[in-house]
Amino acid sequence: MRLRFWRRRQALVCREAVSLMAAYLDGALSESDRKRLEGHLEGCPHCSEYLAQLRVVIDVSGRVAPEDLDDETLDELVELYRLWRSG
Amino acid sequence: MVAATSRQRIGVRCLAVADDRALVARLQAGDEAAFVELVRMYQTRLQRLAESVVSSRSVAEEVVQDTWLAVLKGVERFEGRSTFKTWLFHILLNRARTAAGREHRAPPLAAEDLGERFDSSGAWASPPVPWSEEAEDRLVAQHLADRVRELLPELPAAQREVLLLRDLEGVSAPDVCELLGVSDGNQRVLLHRARVHLRQKLDLEMHS
Repeated sequence: MRLRFWRRRQALVCREAVSLMAAYLDGALSESDRKRLEGHLEGCPHCSEYLAQLRVVIDVSGRVAPEDLDDETLDELVELYRLWRSG
Repeated sequence: MVAATSRQRIGVRCLAVADDRALVARLQAGDEAAFVELVRMYQTRLQRLAESVVSSRSVAEEVVQDTWLAVLKGVERFEGRSTFKTWLFHILLNRARTAAGREHRAPPLAAEDLGERFDSSGAWASPPVPWSEEAEDRLVAQHLADRVRELLPELPAAQREVLLLRDLEGVSAPDVCELLGVSDGNQRVLLHRARVHLRQKLDLEMHS
């Protein structure tokens, strides 16, 4: 009974593996959960691909550049600065 | 390649923090050029963040202008205990929430709601189709980034705020918790939901 419980603690199914990925990506998993997840990923191409796709989302989100600044807005803010300095 | 670009981005962000410190010191000394430089760096990012909180573009513009005024009033007292960026975002989010007439409240979250489908044994009902390696191509990655920009407005506000701060602006998890007044667990679930939503949309993009 105890052995079965221990085995269940060791092996992850895909649903559990996915549930740990958010904390894994934040480096916030406990040592034992991290090892269980990495053990699962070694043998599961589906979960490995899923995690890789989440990493792509993070990477491409970091490439989303803000809009260009227009001259009119910049001029308005410089005027704001000058008013503040003179006031 | 993804890991390498992430490391490069972290390096760029460290340089940005150093640049900010120098600019803030110049602004404290009354240097207009430093103010212009900070506006160039942050104005449209502030506008993007404000628009994630308030619905109207013009109200967001007022919020951003009000934020710059608060920076000018408060910069002499800014001691650098947080980064300038975090301080700036804190001012903006407070004003944006006041303008939106709501306090930030994280919705109750069920961490087990993963947004993906599994069978009764916990295995994938429909395993992900591989495309992550294709996204290592710079042009493909840029195309996906353009899609993410288009998809941002359809995310629920709470998810969009966390995603903007964490993944677009590179703000740390503890700073996001403080800025948004949410627990570490909640910010992580909101962020994960946003990423899962975007992954599903990019998945469709990669299949088409």
